[in-house]
Amino acid sequence: MQLILRQGRVIDPSQKLNNVMDVGIDDGKIAALAPKVAGKGRKEIDVRGLVILPGFIDMHVHLREPGREDAETIESGCAAAVAGGFTGVACMPNTQPVNDSEAVTAFILSRAREAGKAAVYPVGAITKGLEGKTLAEIGEMRRAGIVAVSDDGHPVCNSQVMRRAMEYSRIFDIPVIDHCEDRDLAAGGVMNEGGWATRLGLRGMNPAAEEVQVERDAVLARQTGARVHIAHLSTRHALETVVRAKKAGVALTCEVTPHHLLLTDAAVAESSYDTNTKMNPPLRLQEDVDALARGLASGAIDVIATDHAPHSVRDKMLEFDHAPFGIVGLETAVSLVCDRFVRPGVLTLERLAELFSANPSRILNLGRGTLAVGSVADVTVLDLERKMDVKPGEFASRSRNTPFAGWKLTGGPALTVVRGKVVWSL
Amino acid sequence: MASLSHKDLLGIEQLSVEDIQLILDTAEALREVAARPVKKVPTLRGKTVVNLFFEPSTRTRSSFELAEKRLSADILNFSASTSSVTKGETLLDTAHNLEAMSPDIIVIRHQSAGAPHLLGRECRASIVNAGDGMHEHPTQALLDGLTVRTIKGRLDGLKVAIIGDVAHSRVVRSDTILFSRMGADVWVCGPPTLLPWEFEKLGARTTPHMEEAMDGADVIMMLRVQHERQNEAFFPSAREYASLYGLTRERMRSAKKGAIVMHPGPINRGVEIESEVADADYSVILNQVSNGVAARMAVLYLLSGNSGLEP
Repeated sequence: MQLILRQGRVIDPSQKLNNVMDVGIDDGKIAALAPKVAGKGRKEIDVRGLVILPGFIDMHVHLREPGREDAETIESGCAAAVAGGFTGVACMPNTQPVNDSEAVTAFILSRAREAGKAAVYPVGAITKGLEGKTLAEIGEMRRAGIVAVSDDGHPVCNSQVMRRAMEYSRIFDIPVIDHCEDRDLAAGGVMNEGGWATRLGLRGMNPAAEEVQVERDAVLARQTGARVHIAHLSTRHALETVVRAKKAGVALTCEVTPHHLLLTDAAVAESSYDTNTKMNPPLRLQEDVDALARGLASGAIDVIATDHAPHSVRDKMLEFDHAPFGIVGLETAVSLVCDRFVRPGVLTLERLAELFSANPSRILNLGRGTLAVGSVADVTVLDLERKMDVKPGEFASRSRNTPFAGWKLTGGPALTVVRGKVVWSL
Repeated sequence: MASLSHKDLLGIEQLSVEDIQLILDTAEALREVAARPVKKVPTLRGKTVVNLFFEPSTRTRSSFELAEKRLSADILNFSASTSSVTKGETLLDTAHNLEAMSPDIIVIRHQSAGAPHLLGRECRASIVNAGDGMHEHPTQALLDGLTVRTIKGRLDGLKVAIIGDVAHSRVVRSDTILFSRMGADVWVCGPPTLLPWEFEKLGARTTPHMEEAMDGADVIMMLRVQHERQNEAFFPSAREYASLYGLTRERMRSAKKGAIVMHPGPINRGVEIESEVADADYSVILNQVSNGVAARMAVLYLLSGNSGLEP
């Protein structure tokens, strides 16, 4: 066998496993799973005291290549992914050029193969040029390897176009991922509309901008029967809409980001206009944070994704009004969730495996998210006792834009295996 | 003697009651410089003050410049139209370049809230916020406080009504914090479309009804309303706005006897304020202008490391 992980606690909800076991890997696949795997592996790693989970997938990242290689490349983004415990990432299409064609999809996949670290799952554009007008060649892109469609940060405002996209996506059984934002309601805003925006004199983004679009998508998803996934959901009321739709049998799923689970709009004031607190959707209120945390534990929320959005220092260190939205997340997400939710007992390790692995795999139809014998050997190993100081200067990502600099966290990735190969270890 | 314990003046928000009193007392003492035949004191001799204006401003800029000259500072004027900002230089680049010239104080006016804070973190020089976006305009609030205190003898217990385009005004934010911190009863009034959420957190009561704000007020401060706002659906027309929120002689009757009228300028005659009201003897708009120089002298004086003067 090429690799044996010895005596780690295996957590795999797909097989209802929570036992100390050996995991044997051969030919890039899980070859054996038993309390004691006989024989000797070409490589053996003692993972006693550590947790072995199906490989984590971040279904919402921006790799910036092609176009903005100063902020991130597919190679640096994949290095950041595996250092953060992710074996796979789904990358959004807002590159330059936009991933709205087979050629760009093929380019991304070939660069990812060269990088040879995390698996990269491209997300294609819904509309040509992300312009919200005419459908991109989704079928061609699907053949080239996209796993979903989204116009992400340039959301489709025209509800008729969105309806067509949902109908059309059913041919390929791929989800439509929507960044929900009514662009008139949010126009000009740079942070959450509310008391802090008022005090700071910054233009607010009305939370209704997100909520009305989630409501719209729930209606269209019900009507079209399409699979619709709400990206980075951030408000209590938006979550209520998702829960209601799910109860009614609509194929609606959602993700949340670690920053929306841990920070509120007060961070903009506390950091004195630090642009690393500027993201879209913006940081919301404590009541939203509390509702998201409850949804994480209850199962109302399907996925944790980072919305990893690298920006160069030059671009981000501007006036709050002018700085771009977004923060990096790949190298902090798992540690933040371990420290704030797993260790305090809010999330079980089984829920963690669902949120980071089984659910994104199911939504994107990747056939991952399990350690069953015969499946692709993408494995995330965590050390729940690992001490970590968030030091942006040491990130594998090319960018450093994080609001978590200086946070001291316990728990995080220890070893990342992709297709049977150890691609990163502590 | 007390001194100001801040490196920068970024907003009224950061000032304690004692800080505000110290600045107002110092301004009062410095005001007599304007009455001298030689209107100059040597206090800031050898100090360099940069006036960094990214937004057109005649009043605030001349007021600062005059304050700096009366304190004998060396002045460098730097405005966005003549700068390299248009050539893609960032605010930080500009700040670092200025910093290399070793200024002692940088006075900054900028369209974006928080721009002075960015400078404050990056520069050794003291930063004075001369207005940042819709956030704060602390020296305006200080001159307003000085004007009211001079005329009314106090700030606490007064009813102060601030009326107009609250959403886009940095003056109303600074004034609300200053007057409420000094014990005044602050009412803020405007159409709900121009009243930002949770404005009460700054220390004011809010109302969309002008009568309620005006009732028994000692101080009425009108805010400028830009005509362009009607194109953004905040109100239907300047005409309707004036009929609902314009300060008229008729409306002045509901204020307290002896009430004063203020305006940070420049005024829109016939929109937020009737011409006759702006020119009436209860209008103290020009007192505000002269107090502006004294208030800014006090701020520059105290930030350059001096203690307060005897009032």
